[in-house]
Amino acid sequence: MYRSLLLTGLFGLAVWACDTADPDLVQTGTLHLTFDNVAGAQDLQLTTGTYRNATGESFTPTAFNYFVSNIKLTATDGRQYIVPQDSSYFLIRENVPTSQTISLANVPVGDYKSVSFLIGVDSLRSTMDIGRRTGVLDPAGDHTSANGMYWSWNSGYIFMKLEGTSPSAPTDATGNSTFRYHVGFFGGRDTRTINNLKTVTIDFGSDLASVKPAQVPTVTVQTDVLKIFEGPAAVSIAKNPEVMVSDYSQTVANNYARMMTYKGMTTATSN
Amino acid sequence: MRRWNLIGLIVSVGLFGAAVSCQSGEPGGSEPVVPVGPKPVDYKTTPYIWQKPANFPDPIYNFARNPMTVEGVELGRVLFYDDALSANGTISCGFCHQQGSAFAHTDHALSHGINDKIGTRNNLSLQNLAFYKSFFWDGGVSDLDLVPIAPIENPVEMGHNMGVLLANLRKSPKYPALFKTAYGSDSITTERFLKSLSQFMLTMVSANSRYDKFVRKEAGGELLPDELAGQTLFQQKCATCHAGELFTDQTFRNNGLSRALNQDKGRSLVTLRPEDKYRFKVPGLRNVDRSPPYMHDGRFLTLEQVLKHYASGVQEVPELDPALRTDGKPGIPLTGTEQKQIIAFLQTLTDFDYISDRRLGPN
Repeated sequence: MYRSLLLTGLFGLAVWACDTADPDLVQTGTLHLTFDNVAGAQDLQLTTGTYRNATGESFTPTAFNYFVSNIKLTATDGRQYIVPQDSSYFLIRENVPTSQTISLANVPVGDYKSVSFLIGVDSLRSTMDIGRRTGVLDPAGDHTSANGMYWSWNSGYIFMKLEGTSPSAPTDATGNSTFRYHVGFFGGRDTRTINNLKTVTIDFGSDLASVKPAQVPTVTVQTDVLKIFEGPAAVSIAKNPEVMVSDYSQTVANNYARMMTYKGMTTATSN
Repeated sequence: MRRWNLIGLIVSVGLFGAAVSCQSGEPGGSEPVVPVGPKPVDYKTTPYIWQKPANFPDPIYNFARNPMTVEGVELGRVLFYDDALSANGTISCGFCHQQGSAFAHTDHALSHGINDKIGTRNNLSLQNLAFYKSFFWDGGVSDLDLVPIAPIENPVEMGHNMGVLLANLRKSPKYPALFKTAYGSDSITTERFLKSLSQFMLTMVSANSRYDKFVRKEAGGELLPDELAGQTLFQQKCATCHAGELFTDQTFRNNGLSRALNQDKGRSLVTLRPEDKYRFKVPGLRNVDRSPPYMHDGRFLTLEQVLKHYASGVQEVPELDPALRTDGKPGIPLTGTEQKQIIAFLQTLTDFDYISDRRLGPN
């Protein structure tokens, strides 16, 4: 009895070892993740759209960007696929439509029920050699990179940037009434600081993202800019026209941790 | 790299074609085909041997991730002295960091940037950067490689955008060749740009002052009686903060400066911690006599004023560092003679080799 159990166990171990030792045997496919930025029930339109936040303040966004990183997919059988670290950083920019769809390649074939990720850039990557921070993490790249999403004087990435105009904001020296929310802070390098990294899990409900070699599911996540102003605390543009390196950034981050919801799924099949 | 691949490919295809045509054209030909083609120019760099001064601690900088070469250092030097690093092409790193004052800017209390804009703090002298854990008065940057981005992008310093700057360098007549010499290809990346500046800044080692020669028992290392007395006093009264061979323990402290005219909150601006309010980095004191003015806002023009502050000017503020309280009172008791002796000692920290080394200059 015990011997047969042991043998079964050993056999199982051998099969499992074989399985992990030969990743070529695992069939893979691609999954797309699309971020659809909205303002409540309306599509988000930079510079032309005017929206009203929970405090009743009207505003027109002029920039809306955020980092999505450390992506994990969870399958119906509980197995997780963790996107390899070096390929797990994305910068969603409202003014760069191509940035709003993330393509995850080499995803093991399976039925996935949820995805989780960080809004922001984790502390390890934030303090890594600059040579390991290319692409969207390059503070000196083009308009798709972290250029403008990086604090040079207090090394770190801006996780979420929302800028706009609002009659509720004070008039600045140029005669414009602007507000600027730049939220970052990964917990500090040598001195502990606040940590605004937020983990978001998007459950696909009754839908399944079925990844197959010839089948690419596209999961759409809806990001509601209005949620930045509501949630655990109401954020007022009049009271807080500038939120950057301050304790109050935590309030904004706690709100935007809830700005994303599952919207739907499409599947493209190729033969 | 890609270009060489292409050239290699073309050459080998050509040779193969030549060989094939030779075979088919002259079956049984007796002449062996000797490949002849343009000899590729080898990319060859010369390692730069960085040496830690014998009396210094181990460096903090991770040299393994940025192997220094003579060519990389030279590229960094050219960048350091190039006005193109500022938005309107008027200011280089060397504009505010002048070698004669150990890479400080002696004629401005607060940093002086493009379009005559004035910053909020006194610029720091540059030396022995390999040994520092953090940079700037508030320690906002902890990696030397990332330091240049701060002044380059600061609107009141160089006012540039790194992306635009690198794009300009790619179009410039001289930089692609310099990058190729240093790195083997003319690709100008953020990493190469920053690491070549680091390489140059890492060569800024100041360890040849009379004090150093004294410590290392080398020729020319004699200290005069007042200087020796000053050293003893310094050890007793100053070395708690200005510790070790860098003359700083690299902590952030409040030294009781009056805040009547300047409410700069210092390190708390980057950490947001209340306990860091009004704290600034303890600056290293090498070449201190050459790099006035002093303090984070450059309020003191002379070392005499600095010593006087510590002797009798320290303000009773809640944030005052405990090391600056003596018997419950703010300040460090120092007689006029003692102050003079300490200054005499500080002047032995001037490294004339460093401030005149042609390799560190604009040429």
